[in-house]
Amino acid sequence: MTKKLPLLLCAAMLASPLGAQDLGAPIGSEQPVERVQVEGDDGPLRGTVTDESAWSDIGIAIPAFATDRDRPTPANEAGTGALGREISRVITANLRNNGLFKPVGPDALPQPGFPQITAPVYDTWSGKGAEMLVQGYVRARDDGKLVVGCYLYDVALKNQLVREGWVVAPGDWRRAAHKCSDLIFSRLTGESPFFDSRIAYIAETGPKDRRVKRLAVMDSDGANHRFLTLGSATALTPRYSPDYSKILYLSYVDGNPRIYVYDIGTGKQTLVTENRAPTIAPRWAPDGRHILYAMGIAGNTDIYRIPATGGTATKLTDNPGIDVGGSYSPDGTKIVFESDRSGTQQCYVMDADGKNQKRISFFGGRCATPEWSPRGDQIAFTRIAGDFNIGVMNTGGGGMRVLTNGWQDEAPTWAPNGRIIQFFRTEKNTGRSGIWQVDLTGQNERRLPTPVDASDPAWGPIRP
Amino acid sequence: MNKKIATILLLASATGLAACSKKPPETLPPVAGPTSVPTTDSTLTQPGVPAIGTQAHFGAAVGASTTIYFDTDSYDVDSQDAATLQAQAQYFARYPQITFTIEGHADERGTREYNIALGEKRATSAKAYLTSLGVDANRIAVVSYGKESPVALASNEAAWAQNRRAASVIIN
Repeated sequence: MTKKLPLLLCAAMLASPLGAQDLGAPIGSEQPVERVQVEGDDGPLRGTVTDESAWSDIGIAIPAFATDRDRPTPANEAGTGALGREISRVITANLRNNGLFKPVGPDALPQPGFPQITAPVYDTWSGKGAEMLVQGYVRARDDGKLVVGCYLYDVALKNQLVREGWVVAPGDWRRAAHKCSDLIFSRLTGESPFFDSRIAYIAETGPKDRRVKRLAVMDSDGANHRFLTLGSATALTPRYSPDYSKILYLSYVDGNPRIYVYDIGTGKQTLVTENRAPTIAPRWAPDGRHILYAMGIAGNTDIYRIPATGGTATKLTDNPGIDVGGSYSPDGTKIVFESDRSGTQQCYVMDADGKNQKRISFFGGRCATPEWSPRGDQIAFTRIAGDFNIGVMNTGGGGMRVLTNGWQDEAPTWAPNGRIIQFFRTEKNTGRSGIWQVDLTGQNERRLPTPVDASDPAWGPIRP
Repeated sequence: MNKKIATILLLASATGLAACSKKPPETLPPVAGPTSVPTTDSTLTQPGVPAIGTQAHFGAAVGASTTIYFDTDSYDVDSQDAATLQAQAQYFARYPQITFTIEGHADERGTREYNIALGEKRATSAKAYLTSLGVDANRIAVVSYGKESPVALASNEAAWAQNRRAASVIIN
């Protein structure tokens, strides 16, 4: 058993004699989605609905998106008409699965024709009890790209609240559905978008004592899943760069725990720092220009900062305790981290240069894996008090709330809009793990679908 | 890549392959008591006796004492660990050509990153104690697996106690 990792490393060496490698084929770099003007009436705009209890009960009808002409597309073998229905299904699942609304999807609704997309037959929808109506269309351009239009109507007031359109490559059709979901969500709640985003995580297979842990990525709804490493070496704790061009993660590929910077476009990786010491707990600065990591020198782990392009590392903590896992405030001026310098794991805040280190967690139990919200006002963390649960607190350590009640809920990561937290939940005895999410009310908890067991989710920002 | 680096990589890779071909057996021989520490090397030439430089030989020589165990959150070498490490130090003094890795581990009831740091601290404690007994620090590598490689699979105190450990593993 103790030889598992070295043996796996040997397998990697056999596969690749010129140095240890555990990387799969690259998946290609991130492409921005182009926005286009879409036609429609500019009705009077209404005030934003912000009361949570009210908007969670809004009835939203999302009939199949129409098409001007049913044409073949690589996005759907049955053509653009069938693709329109799929897009509506994705939007319906997004809004329903996150506990935000109670949408009715295309399979239970009549299908509007293309001319009705910009001129809805309101009486049809008010008769079905719908308060909001999402319509849209798909049009295949001659260059093969798809134009997707998205419209949100207030059925009672009989006017259009918002509309937008995007041009996507056929392979990116789901991104148009996510952009439309974000448009609806933001217009109805006044919150920032989060659906068009990706998640890096660790895919886990095999028995508890021979667990295979691979770096993997997926869309926010679990679609477009890809493995990035092959599994011959244990991979852990990924973090997407703010521009989605790179992933920081820990790999045992050379036999020791070390942080690598994986370039998504080229599929190549480099060490975060050339050092014989183990490096763990990688984190990006909000502007992507610096990287935090923890490094053990003579057994003692402290937090360091290094420019993302390489160069000289700066030691930020200097303490005989274990200091690990820094997370920047969104403005980049502060870092929250954990330290056991008081005897147990607790959360501390320091300036970005390491000055003014101050403990903030005083609520009993332990505070581990703190992550600063993208909105800046909250810190999520692993609360250890008997069981492991996900907690949130304000940035001074007050207002602590526990959001989950699993046996071992660990390592929170924030949605780009700071409203939802993902984490991983490990089962007692079996060691099986899955990614779960919970909203800030603690009311809406669900497991994310993943092809195999999953841990260490890291939610990236809204995609360009 | 320049030629020098390529050569180093080839050498490193060849070393790795050599290590693979001489890996210890999957199952170790039954643990023997401390009295089985070989008094003469002639016993090693007998058939069925593990060769010097293998984990099996080390295990047979020091009994169950290839591994030390820690209290929750602790990285201290207690008196029982000290006795274990003294047996290891005698073995490594007798076979000065042997190099080894101390693998630090934690139980599952800790967060992932903290546990890697804790396993590093445990392995380093064991290394420091062996060094204090005269084992050359250059013979000892240290690696932490945190909670990623448990030996006891249940989720209870007994299993966790077995997983909070630092195991000495011979480098072939």
